[in-house]
Amino acid sequence: MSERVWIKDEGIERGAEALTPERIERTINAVLGNETGARLMAYVETCAHCGLCSEACHFYLSRDRDPSYSPVGKVKQTIWPMLKNKGKVSVEFMKQATQIAQTECNLCRRCVQYCPFGIDIAYMMTLVRRIVHKLELTPLYIQDTAHSHSATLNQMWVKDDEWIDALHWQEDELRDEFPTARIPLEKEGAEIMYSVIGPEPKFRTQLIYQAAAIMNVAGLDWTMPATPGWDNSDMAMFTGDSEIMARLKRAHFETAARLRVKKIVMGECGHAFRSVYDTGNRVLGWRMPPIPVIHALEFYWDLLNEGRIKVAKQIEEPVTFHDPCNVVRGRGLHEKAREVVRAFCKNLVEMHPNREHNLCCAAGGGVINCGPPFKNARVESNRAKAEQLKATGVKICIAPCHNCHGGLDDIIHKYELDMELKFLGEIIYECMEKPEAQ
Amino acid sequence: MAPKAQWDWSVGSKTVVDLATNNDEVAWREESHASPDGEQVAAVVRTTDETYTVQVNDTLWESQFDRVWYLRYSPDGRLTALVNDGDWKLCVDEEAWEEGYGFVWNTLFSEDGSVIACSVSDSMQYGMIKDGEIWPNLFANANNFVLSADGAHTAAAVQTEPLGQAEIFKFKQGVFSVAVDGEPWERNFVNVWTPVISPSGTHVAAQVRLNLFEYTIACNGATWNETFSQVWEPCFHPKTNAIAAPVRLGGKWGMAVDGQVVWKPQFFQVWHQRYTPRGDRLIALVCPQYGRWTVAVDGQAWRTTFGDMISDLTTSPDGRRIAAVGKENERWTIIADDKAWPEMYDMCWKPVFSPNGDHVAAKVERSKKYTIVVDGKPYSKEFSECWDPIFSDDGNLILIRGIINNTYIRIVERVSTICG
Repeated sequence: MSERVWIKDEGIERGAEALTPERIERTINAVLGNETGARLMAYVETCAHCGLCSEACHFYLSRDRDPSYSPVGKVKQTIWPMLKNKGKVSVEFMKQATQIAQTECNLCRRCVQYCPFGIDIAYMMTLVRRIVHKLELTPLYIQDTAHSHSATLNQMWVKDDEWIDALHWQEDELRDEFPTARIPLEKEGAEIMYSVIGPEPKFRTQLIYQAAAIMNVAGLDWTMPATPGWDNSDMAMFTGDSEIMARLKRAHFETAARLRVKKIVMGECGHAFRSVYDTGNRVLGWRMPPIPVIHALEFYWDLLNEGRIKVAKQIEEPVTFHDPCNVVRGRGLHEKAREVVRAFCKNLVEMHPNREHNLCCAAGGGVINCGPPFKNARVESNRAKAEQLKATGVKICIAPCHNCHGGLDDIIHKYELDMELKFLGEIIYECMEKPEAQ
Repeated sequence: MAPKAQWDWSVGSKTVVDLATNNDEVAWREESHASPDGEQVAAVVRTTDETYTVQVNDTLWESQFDRVWYLRYSPDGRLTALVNDGDWKLCVDEEAWEEGYGFVWNTLFSEDGSVIACSVSDSMQYGMIKDGEIWPNLFANANNFVLSADGAHTAAAVQTEPLGQAEIFKFKQGVFSVAVDGEPWERNFVNVWTPVISPSGTHVAAQVRLNLFEYTIACNGATWNETFSQVWEPCFHPKTNAIAAPVRLGGKWGMAVDGQVVWKPQFFQVWHQRYTPRGDRLIALVCPQYGRWTVAVDGQAWRTTFGDMISDLTTSPDGRRIAAVGKENERWTIIADDKAWPEMYDMCWKPVFSPNGDHVAAKVERSKKYTIVVDGKPYSKEFSECWDPIFSDDGNLILIRGIINNTYIRIVERVSTICG
C-alpha cells in the first residue's frame, strides 16, 4: 500500500493562494461559533479516544490499518486542532484537512455503529467541509458540480430544453416496445412524481426508460416535471454549501406541490435520498419531507407486494447485493430490497458483512465527485470492499445507487474482479411480466 | 372567448360533450383541459396514423404533428399547444406561429391572456419569444423565464459569457445576468435567480449571489447595499416599486424592503411573500416554530399552524381576505383568515376568492373523486375530474367544470345553494 500523498487539486491549490491566517481563524470561529452547539460539544467531550471506530472504516481497513485513516484519526487531524487552537491553523493544515474531510471520508456513518457513544463523525467531517466551503478550498470537480446545481438546479449543467428533450426521446424509444406507453409530463394531480438525478438524462437515459416501463406496466398514475426541480441530487450538501442545498430542495418539493402529487418516487440514488429525506428538507424548516418521498427500493417492494408487477423469469446466475449507506443505514431498506432481489433472482449470495454493517463503496459523500485527481487514492482506499466482493464468488452485483455504481465499477476494474454491476430496476425490467410489450 | 360577464350564467347543468363517443381516428386521449368559460374541453390525442393532434369537444384539429404537448388554455380562452412538425412551434387555436425553432417550451400568459410568450432554444442559443417575435439577442443559456402581468415585457436569467468544463474560477467572476426583452444588464453576477417585473414595467428585480456566500437583491442591475446569507425571490409593491424579499440573518429569516429589514429575523423560514393588491399589507408563508407553518401578515404569524406544509398564498381582489392551502398528517385543507376549514381532503387546489371577497372556494379531492368546496361547504356532486371554480362578477354564482361518467359538463350554481 502506498503512503498517503497530499494530492494537488486546482480548486484547493488556487483557493489556498487567497487565504490568510486571519481569514482562516475568522472563518473557523464563525462556523464553530454560529453554526454549532451542544451536539459538537457533546461529541468532542464524550470521545474517549478508544479507537473502536477504526475497524468500521474502509479507508482504515484498506490502508493497512494506518490510524491516520481511522475515523477518530480524521477528527484528530481536522476539527480537534481547529478547536484547540481557536481557529489558528495554517494554510497547509487547511489544505490537508480539505483532502481528509472531502476525499477520505464518505460520510457513510458506519463508524457511528462502532462508537460506544454513538458519536457521528460524519457530522464533524461535514462541519469541516462547511469551513472548507467558506474558505473556498473545495476541490475543483465537486465545486463545479455545486456550481451547476446553483445555475441550473441540476447536477450536470442540463439545460431546461435538454431535460424535456431527453424525456420525449425516451418516450419515443419506449413506444417501440410498449406502443401505448407514456412518460406524462406536467400532469397535475397525478399520484406520483418521479424524480431522478442529473446523470440520468445526461448519460444513463436507459434508467429513465426502464423506470417508465415499470410505471406503465404497473398501470400507475404518474408524471415527471418539465421544469427545473426534476433533479433530486445534491452535491452542495457535500460541499458544505447549505444555502444552495436549500435552494435545490425547495425547488424539488415545490415542483411536487405544484403538480399536486401525493408522493415523490425517486430513482436508485443514495445521496439524493439523504438530501430529500433528511438534510435538505430539514434545513428549510420541514421536519419530514412535505411530500412523502419513496426510494426506488421501497417502491419496487410496494409494486411487487401489491401485485402491480409480476415475475416472468428469474436471473439464474448467482447475484450479490450491495447495501447503499444512505438507504440502508439511513432508512433501513435492506430487507425490502432483499425480498425484491430474491423474487427476481434465484440465488442471492450475501457479501459479508452486510445490511447496515455493509462496507461503503468509497464513492459516496461526494468523494467520487472530487474527480480524477483523487481517483487512484480512492480506489486504493477500498481494497477492503474489493475483497468483500471477491469473496462472494459471483459475477453480478446489484447496487441500487448511482455513486455506488461509480465507486464499485472503479474497484472492479482496479482489482480485476470480473463482475457486472446492475441497478435493481434493470433486473426488474428484464424479468417482469410485460403484457403490453411488442 | 367572450368577457366573463357575457358567459352563459344561467343556473343549471349543461352537457358539453360525451367523451365516451368513439372517434375512429383517435388511438388514445391524454389529459383533459377545460376552457375558462367551460364551453370547451380539449386534449392531446394520438391518432391511429401515429401522429398527434388536439381534440376540442368532439372535433379534431385538422393539422397533425409529430408531437403535441403542453396543451394550455390562455386566460382569454385561446387554446395553445407546443407542436413539432420538423421544427418546434407554439400553436394558438390551431394556428402555429410562423417561425419554427430547435425547441420551444414553457408557455406563459399575461394576466388577461392577451399576450403569449414561451422559452426558445435554437442552435444552442437561448431566449424568449413573445407573440411570435424572438428576442434580438440569444444567450449560451437562459432559465427562470418570466412574462410581466401586463404582457409588455419578458425577462430571464441568462448566461452572457461562455463557461468551459470545471471553470470554477471564471464562474466566481460572474457569467450570469438578467436579460429584459433580450437586452442583458450591464453587470454579471455569480448567480441570478427569479427575475420579477414591476407592475409599472420600469423595474426588474432578481435574487443575486455576489460571491459564494453573499446574497442580495439587484434591481435594473444595481444591487442593494446590504447583503445576506440567503435571500428568496423579490416582489414589488403594486404602486411604489419598493421591493420586498425574504432575507436570512444570523440563521433566521426575516423580511427586507429595499435592503432594510422590516420583519425581524425570527422565523425558520419565510417565502412566497406578496403585497395585498392595494399595497397596504405585506404577507408571506412562514415557519414560526421549527416544523410548523402558517401565514404571516406584516410580520405577525397566524395562530393556526400546519405541520406538513403550507402553500398557495392567495388574497381576495380587494386585499381584505387571505387564504392558503395547509397540510397536516398527509391531509390537506384551506385556511382563510386564520381559520381552517373543518374538513381535511386528500388534496386541495389553490383557493379562489369571489370578486368581492365574500366567498372562497377550491377544488378538492376525496377518495379519488373531485368536487369544489365553497367556504368549507362541499358541492353536492362529485366528479372523476374537475377544474378550479370560477365566480361570476357579482360573486353570487359559481361555474363548475367537471367530468362525470365520461361526460364533460358545465354547471352554474348559486353560491347560496352550496353554502346553505
